[in-house]
Amino acid sequence: MINSNEILETINMVKQEHFDVRTITMGISLLGCIKETSQKTADAVYDIICKRAENIVKVGEELSQMYGVPIVNKRISITPASMLTSNFIGEEIVLARALDKAAKTVGVDFLGGYSALVHKSMTESEKSFINSIPEVLATTDKLCSSVNVGSTRSGINLDAIKLLGEIIKKTAELTSDRDGFGCAKFVAFCNAVEDNPFMAGAFHGVGEGDTVINVGVSGPGVVHRALKNVPSADITEVAEIIKKTAFKITRVGQLIATEAAKRLNAEFGIVDLSLAPTPVVGDSVGHVLEEMGIETVGGHGTTAALAILNDAVKKGGTMASSRVGGLSGAFIPVSEDIGMIESAEKGILTLSKLEAMTAVCSVGIDMVAVPGNTDASTISAMIADEMAIGMVNSKTTAVRVIPVPGKDVGDSVEFGGLLGTAPIMPVINSSAQKFISRGGKIPAPIHGNKN
Amino acid sequence: MKAIITVIGKDKSGIIAKVSTKLAENDVNIEDISQTIMQEYFTMVMLVDISNTKLDFTKFVSELKELGNSIGVDIYVQHEDIFNSMHKI
Repeated sequence: MINSNEILETINMVKQEHFDVRTITMGISLLGCIKETSQKTADAVYDIICKRAENIVKVGEELSQMYGVPIVNKRISITPASMLTSNFIGEEIVLARALDKAAKTVGVDFLGGYSALVHKSMTESEKSFINSIPEVLATTDKLCSSVNVGSTRSGINLDAIKLLGEIIKKTAELTSDRDGFGCAKFVAFCNAVEDNPFMAGAFHGVGEGDTVINVGVSGPGVVHRALKNVPSADITEVAEIIKKTAFKITRVGQLIATEAAKRLNAEFGIVDLSLAPTPVVGDSVGHVLEEMGIETVGGHGTTAALAILNDAVKKGGTMASSRVGGLSGAFIPVSEDIGMIESAEKGILTLSKLEAMTAVCSVGIDMVAVPGNTDASTISAMIADEMAIGMVNSKTTAVRVIPVPGKDVGDSVEFGGLLGTAPIMPVINSSAQKFISRGGKIPAPIHGNKN
Repeated sequence: MKAIITVIGKDKSGIIAKVSTKLAENDVNIEDISQTIMQEYFTMVMLVDISNTKLDFTKFVSELKELGNSIGVDIYVQHEDIFNSMHKI
């Protein structure tokens, strides 16, 4: 029989260290739903989602009971919706409403993929689609949206980034009664991945099959506890411990993913190895870094500690799963991580440091609230900086930033649930308007040309 | 199908008797059992075969949880695969 200590270790991970499977995400291809009118497309989309995802919530609950591990969210990701809307430019909202309704019918927590991929250029229909995002995020409940504006291979679409600055501002205005909450459901990407189970950036890539199950695990608390037990270990040993812990966590993700795929009659896609924090005490990536020896996350040494954490998580996790994908790394969403929140409130964690941290982890400037009067071009410039890091380093980077209407540095905003509490962080007081308004495309780096 | 039942709580008389009676009533066979007292906490781990029980897994979990509540201990029931996955290569 399995050793009792190992059994108790597993039970403690769940009961005391907040280990959970963050999400089972079903990717659904909607390419067969493209019809000549908005209503026909919306009807086809609604039907196919309700049919394929009918049992996702039930299966998630059964698996959670069976293995004694919480499965926090059940989600859906779809083919980037902009691929479905070229026949009905200006009527994108019809499709969005059908998606929202389908998500509610099957009972999932979120539906991701109100997305466009415009890293090289935008078509007229994609431009119209992107312009629909603020209204869609303001008037739907379950939808998440993303736009890919750069890649190592194609460079960065500065025209799209300029537009996104305005889109984010408009989304904040339209949801000003909820402190700009709409922006928490939108992310700009460089090198977006096709099998990401995490929100707000999940979409089902065109290289994917009909119905795919991707699972995202979570376990900063487990890593934290493991490191707490070895306060004087040297950094090589610290990396080893993280690796072994990540292995165990990921094995559970693999088990749940394969079993869920079987029961839902879907293909097993990937396990995403990300360490995703939640706002509760004991589930913080920031606190893992502090346990490694950084007094306050955001201080000097943070980037190095995060690089070790990110790498060790990947190494341990890769061995544990037959297929790894998604974003896979440590997440650093400010509002969703109690360690990050505390540090930002003290003024130690700044946007500049966060930007540096994103060079060594997944994913980017995430869940950061900035003053409501931040200029659209400043937001575009933040996106451009982050995209440049992703493009040059051949990695995924992202920006999910919320210019909170009517609030300024010193205030804070409560989004609730997994999205947590965001202290308003100061932006650097210097205009990038001229740079952003130049428009055009940033050429791909020389190492993007690999053939 | 095999499951691991873990019972954790303050030691008192009759814990094993009550849990194993419940299992016998539901045609659950105990294949292995180990028990220790750690810092006055009673910890028992059982490997059981639940192939013959008529209860579905969810019902089985909730009945044992209720039993645990009535005798003042925590009872967890989990499919053995989670432990095999996590602790064996």
